[in-house]
Amino acid sequence: MIKKTKLGMATALAVSLGASVAFADTVKIAFVDPLSGPFSPTGTNGYAEFQYAAEKLVNEQGGVLGGDMFEIVGFDNKMSPKESLIQVQVAIDQGIRYIAQGNSSGIAHAITDAVNKHNRRNPDDRVLFLNYAAVDPALTNDACNFWHFRFDANADIKMDALTDVMAKDENLKKVYVIGQDYSFGKSVAAAAVSNLEAKRPDVEIVGNELHPIGKVKDFTPYARKIVSSGADAVITGNWGADMVGLGKAIIDAGFDGPIYTYYAASNGITRTFGEQGTGHIYLVSEGAVNPPASDRTAAYVEGFEAKYPDHDITQPRIANTIEMLAKAINEAGTATDVVKVAQALEGMEHDSIWGGKLYMRPDDHQIIQNVDIQEHTSEGIQFFMDASDWGMKLVSEVEMAGMDSPTTCKMKRP
Amino acid sequence: MELVLVILIDGLVYGLLLFMLSSGLTLIFSMMGVLNFAHASFYMLGAYFAYQISRYMGFWPGLILAPIIVGVAGAAIERFGLRKVHQYGHVPELIFTFGLALLIEEIVQFFWGKNQVPYDAPEVLQFALFSIGTNEIQAYKVFMIAISVLIFLCLLYVLTKTRVGMIIQAALSYPRTVEALGHNVPFIFMGVFGVGTALAGLAGVIAGPQLGTFPGMAFLLGSIVFVTIVIGGLGSLWGALVASLLIGWMTTFAASYNVAMADILMAVGFEMPEEMSEHALRDIWTLTLPQIGPILPYLLMVVILVFRPYGLFGKRDA
Repeated sequence: MIKKTKLGMATALAVSLGASVAFADTVKIAFVDPLSGPFSPTGTNGYAEFQYAAEKLVNEQGGVLGGDMFEIVGFDNKMSPKESLIQVQVAIDQGIRYIAQGNSSGIAHAITDAVNKHNRRNPDDRVLFLNYAAVDPALTNDACNFWHFRFDANADIKMDALTDVMAKDENLKKVYVIGQDYSFGKSVAAAAVSNLEAKRPDVEIVGNELHPIGKVKDFTPYARKIVSSGADAVITGNWGADMVGLGKAIIDAGFDGPIYTYYAASNGITRTFGEQGTGHIYLVSEGAVNPPASDRTAAYVEGFEAKYPDHDITQPRIANTIEMLAKAINEAGTATDVVKVAQALEGMEHDSIWGGKLYMRPDDHQIIQNVDIQEHTSEGIQFFMDASDWGMKLVSEVEMAGMDSPTTCKMKRP
Repeated sequence: MELVLVILIDGLVYGLLLFMLSSGLTLIFSMMGVLNFAHASFYMLGAYFAYQISRYMGFWPGLILAPIIVGVAGAAIERFGLRKVHQYGHVPELIFTFGLALLIEEIVQFFWGKNQVPYDAPEVLQFALFSIGTNEIQAYKVFMIAISVLIFLCLLYVLTKTRVGMIIQAALSYPRTVEALGHNVPFIFMGVFGVGTALAGLAGVIAGPQLGTFPGMAFLLGSIVFVTIVIGGLGSLWGALVASLLIGWMTTFAASYNVAMADILMAVGFEMPEEMSEHALRDIWTLTLPQIGPILPYLLMVVILVFRPYGLFGKRDA
């Protein structure tokens, strides 16, 4: 009798243990971005940020749905749209329901199309696309769909915020716009020109040109043109070596105004500009950490720097992405029915860890957030970049930038 | 007018930099008949070595030490790699140097990472020496010009006025005869390869702070160096100089003036089509000079090869 009870208890224990293991699922998020090749520094940095955000903001807080943990699974897309689609398919085949991607709008277009088709054909295992950095405005306009959510301000919103700040500068008379010769460079230039014309018709665009992407050996001639044009400010969407080459050449040529950029920070860029960039390099981005918005922000960044000394928080929106996804899953009460999760994400309001509010606009799934103009400097910096003596400091903030920006999105809802 | 003067100086800096790369390559090419694909990789190595040295000892020791290290490495690669492959003919040699270029790029990424490194000009040269109009000319640029000119004069002296130079010149044209006269031709080859790569290394040392020190820097300059030596004529130092300056000024001027193709076409008498977005030739109509600037050297090479296959100053067939 006693033996039987023991056996029964053991069985019950085993069953309950098994059950609790079955309940404590993991919610997997596929991180599809370059993890090898020339673009891998950006990719691996984003990967580290995702892993840290999942660990710190979700798993250490007890997970979602009362115990489910987040897991970030890396998929190397080698910066190619074709390879990305293969990796997305592999991820879906593994039962992953959340795809995160950000580097290159071209790839984002390919993925959003593929996800849309997949979800139409396979209503039983639909997936969501969390776009954390691809900023082509079209993704939340003509090319939008219900499964795509963008957690970064798009290029038009950023330019809107940047020109808001520039327009306040009374001394601004002449602006030079220069960028890489491809879709993103062109859209930055177009947005800069139209915004400046609307806000400051008296400002003259003294130059608007594109240079071959990744092919310019010496940026000096471009810099000479900029200085000779008498420009007071430069706007560029350049990234990588093109950003450093252009920036250094412009400063060397004797330009003493601001250079407004989208991507002139971290990944070696801050360190390379060093003292030379002080007072010249400005960045339009979200989530400035100097000064940190709260103790929680500071602790988060400190923890990251301790865990990943070789990386920086370059994309604060990744923390927003993870937090909002976790919140949506909890509200929906499920991690597998992504329609419910998407519905919870739509219209969600959230207090960002970086300070300020986040609002996922339901019309087009474009997040609305504060956009910051930051300055490359060595003074007043608590969190440095590239393990150097420089970092980005908040200069001015546009609250809920692009809240009323128009959209042409007409999405079909399931 | 002021801009022209500035561009002349900028073009001179870039041209002389090309010359330092191409002078070594043209000697190696004409002597061994092998296209050294890895030549620009030695240029990159020079920049990275100098960066590493500059972190501990400052810029100036790097200026001396880095090219020497690169040159020794180059000589060792010739002695223990290229010479072994040489007996199998030119194609294996070509593949060897091509593989070497890839290897060096991977090594650089392994040790220094994929990001740009903060290799800067020395502080004593970080000031504007003078300005023309609003454009400033940095002291470092003038320093680059001085170093390059110095190197050119040294090379010219060694090759034309010294015994070593005469043997090298002879070995270029008649290696067997020179060998029969008792000279160690393989040793001369190794020496030339070493000096050639050291020159590339020196070019990297002084170009690194100016053009950026990153793993793609070799690839960016690699092809243009070959174009330079083909235009200049193989084995000709003067040819390398003239071609380098030509390319330097050509690309700098092209990038500096926004001459639109539409203006040229209209000046010649064509009429601007009304609806550009649908026009068959709209790509040609919307071209600007800075856009076609990068292909001008290649265009010049084709023209030279058609009308003067020996190159501007060459004596042998390319």
